[in-house]
Amino acid sequence: MRLGEKPKLIDENGRRIDGRLPDELRPIRMEVGVLKNADGSAYVEYGNTKVIVAVYGPREIHPKHLTLPDRAIIRCRYHMTSFSTTERKSPAPTRREIELSKVIREALEGVIFTELYPRTSIDIFIEVLQADGGTRTAGITAASLALADAGIPMKDLVAGVAVGKVDGVLVLDINEVEDEYSEVDLPVAMMPSFKEITLLQMNGVLTEDEFWEALKLAEKGIMKIYEVQRETLMSRYSKVRAEVEE
Amino acid sequence: MPIYVQNRELVTPGTLLAENEKFKLESPTVFKYSNKIYASTIGLVDISNGRINVIPLEGKYIPKVGDLVIGLIEDYGITYWIVDIKSPYKAILNVAEALNRPFNPLKENVKNIYDIGDYVLARVIAFDRTKDPILTAKQKGLGKITKGRIVEIIPSRVPRVIGRKASMITMLKNETKCQITVGLNGRIWIIGPSPELEEIAILAIKKIEYEAHTSGLTDRIRNFIRKEIEKRGLKVNEIRRKT
Repeated sequence: MRLGEKPKLIDENGRRIDGRLPDELRPIRMEVGVLKNADGSAYVEYGNTKVIVAVYGPREIHPKHLTLPDRAIIRCRYHMTSFSTTERKSPAPTRREIELSKVIREALEGVIFTELYPRTSIDIFIEVLQADGGTRTAGITAASLALADAGIPMKDLVAGVAVGKVDGVLVLDINEVEDEYSEVDLPVAMMPSFKEITLLQMNGVLTEDEFWEALKLAEKGIMKIYEVQRETLMSRYSKVRAEVEE
Repeated sequence: MPIYVQNRELVTPGTLLAENEKFKLESPTVFKYSNKIYASTIGLVDISNGRINVIPLEGKYIPKVGDLVIGLIEDYGITYWIVDIKSPYKAILNVAEALNRPFNPLKENVKNIYDIGDYVLARVIAFDRTKDPILTAKQKGLGKITKGRIVEIIPSRVPRVIGRKASMITMLKNETKCQITVGLNGRIWIIGPSPELEEIAILAIKKIEYEAHTSGLTDRIRNFIRKEIEKRGLKVNEIRRKT
């Protein structure tokens, strides 16, 4: 394979470039309460994609004129560290990051009971430490964990995953290489307990049947991620319980 | 009408608690959605006499009228102070609510009564969605805190420090011989007969905070305090005679 040439993404055995099956997630690791200063925080890994999130709030709004009299405002910043990609990324927010901040905020706004905290703000900071595809969905997964860790009342956790179509096959949780040469990229975020979609973007072309199949695949992945999220949130407390109650 | 969880079970946001139940919902830690009841925060399930609730483990202090709080003076104006009560809302304490005599701003400065950085024991007298909390320091026992120590804990774990029918706090006071005042905003004021006993009281409160979601806590804390007292070779009974 020459440089810049499209690699073979699905081999003879139907395995993907990193050895996964089409409906297999990357190894997932999560942790909550990783930052002491923040009211809530979380760290999430989807394979080589690594994201850290801090949540502050509900707290006073600065600047004051953004205040809403009936509910809290949610501010979200998605940012990629300059060392997150192989080539240095300028730390200034790019067009892409500003847009992702907005869609992620909208994916989370629907689950938070903002009307409980009028005149306050809830600030979410998503920092991508290492990017290998699926950073926005990993960001959403981590942000919802951090919000739960901050004790902010919400309807459900939110989990996200991207589905792609590579070499004509629908695959779950695409990584950077697959994303680069894929025909379709379809990031999805859902409230798993209610099966409500909070984020749905698509790049490329799918037939209707393929779309529904892709969505089903995403749901399957999201349910698995949700289980890990719940276990992560509970493990902090059950560990202390086991420690003292034996 | 099934209930899907057990009493004192640990739940996360979005966990289905019960279906079609005629439970009363009284806190924002639970919510109803198409006739089903769900949890909205991480916490412990509490089912008792027709109520289903989730006792939250995390979260900020939200003021309630009548709450005793410990505030930190953050700033002052001509006739008022801005007080930090560890809440998303800054509290206001007017001079009229701190002094029992007339106050003339031309002759006096509020700074000489409470300065920035002072801790004040106060009570919330007004708060709603549209207005910031208003405090009073005029009732008996309220006012500037001049001695002792302040410990901060997560506000949602304060009920554990008090305990059922104040059992925990009574035990703490008896065992450590300290005067303990609990601000509902997660600040606790301790005055002890000796620095060592204050230290032990602080350690015990921190332990309660850390183990807030476990059971059999009161006994464990009592043993912890006794062990600490013994370890330091303190003679608690003599202190009792002195005070």
